Amino acid sequence: MYQSQGVEMVMFDVLSQASWSPYMAGAGIGVLSCLALVLADRALGCSLAFVKARGMIGKVISAEKTMKMEYYQDIVPQVDWAFMIVPGIVIGAFLSSFLSGTFHFVWVPALWGSVFGGNVVLRVIVALAGGVLLGFGARWAGGCTSGHGISGSIQLSLASMVTAACFFAGGIAVALLLFRVIGVLV
Amino acid sequence: MTSLAEIRGNRRVQVVLGLLTGICFGFLLQKGGATDYGVIEGQLLLTNFTVLKLMLSAVIVGMVLFAVLKHYGYANSHAAEGHVGSNIIGGLIFGAGFALLGYCPGTVAGAVGTGALDALVGGMVGMVIGAGLFAELYPRLKKGVLVRGPFPAVTVPEFLHLNPWVVIVLLEACMIGFLLVLEYSGL
Repeated sequence: MYQSQGVEMVMFDVLSQASWSPYMAGAGIGVLSCLALVLADRALGCSLAFVKARGMIGKVISAEKTMKMEYYQDIVPQVDWAFMIVPGIVIGAFLSSFLSGTFHFVWVPALWGSVFGGNVVLRVIVALAGGVLLGFGARWAGGCTSGHGISGSIQLSLASMVTAACFFAGGIAVALLLFRVIGVLV
Repeated sequence: MTSLAEIRGNRRVQVVLGLLTGICFGFLLQKGGATDYGVIEGQLLLTNFTVLKLMLSAVIVGMVLFAVLKHYGYANSHAAEGHVGSNIIGGLIFGAGFALLGYCPGTVAGAVGTGALDALVGGMVGMVIGAGLFAELYPRLKKGVLVRGPFPAVTVPEFLHLNPWVVIVLLEACMIGFLLVLEYSGL
């Protein structure tokens, strides 16, 4: 029936599907996290890239001040494996959404808009505040949802599992407050 | 044949590997639905369990694979001592940001790739500022709050005084059981 359909076509069909089962995508991320540990001897995390980016911006503004900072002695602000993860994610997610035809520019996500309206400035201010807390908290806790939550957990790290539980405990509490209390009042 | 040590020690190879790893990661996150604001915020509002399904599947597969790779000497454990002051307080600050932004550090980049401009102008810029703020404060925090309340053990097997393989079997059973309950209850 599908004899005319080559392997390439089947591959393309799979890659251009709008979504995969979260179990399949998750299993792939599990394998990828192990590959990172083998080939780079590193946990697949994303928050280091942001502090390295800040350090590199700092080096442009004042190289002397930045290079003297204690934090940047261990976490060197340079283009390396940990830094390249984030531009890679942007490209990978773009390829995936472009292939499946779901790529589109949007300022205000639908769920946010349904509760807080379509005001772009309000959404960006709250997103910015969230981003600051997220970047600050990730470095405070020494990792993010993937670094602690996935790579740390697969290494049976007690600290990583406790941290991941706190990400969700804090996240659930603030999300419920935001959408179920503040969202109802405004 | 090139050895693992050569691959890990070659800076240029590592930059390329980091980019390729990121591309695969971003692709899988987007296909799994985890770069969508509604999916992530829905998880925190306990109305959509896609993020938990994706994360637990990753841990279920990764935990066994890592144990085997480590057993044969292909991977090292990076598990480090945790502290109440660092992991729990930091985790809760992160959680607050997670809920306000609706993305985490990896998925915010993924969302940018799908065209989410709030993730770019708000999320990624905010993260660079927040991470930089921590770097500024680090000398004052490192001997204080960050090392308060050390955890009693580094790994779960050490904490439970059990053989690591026994712990892996128990955790795998719990995670698979949890996912089955989620599916069974239609979530």
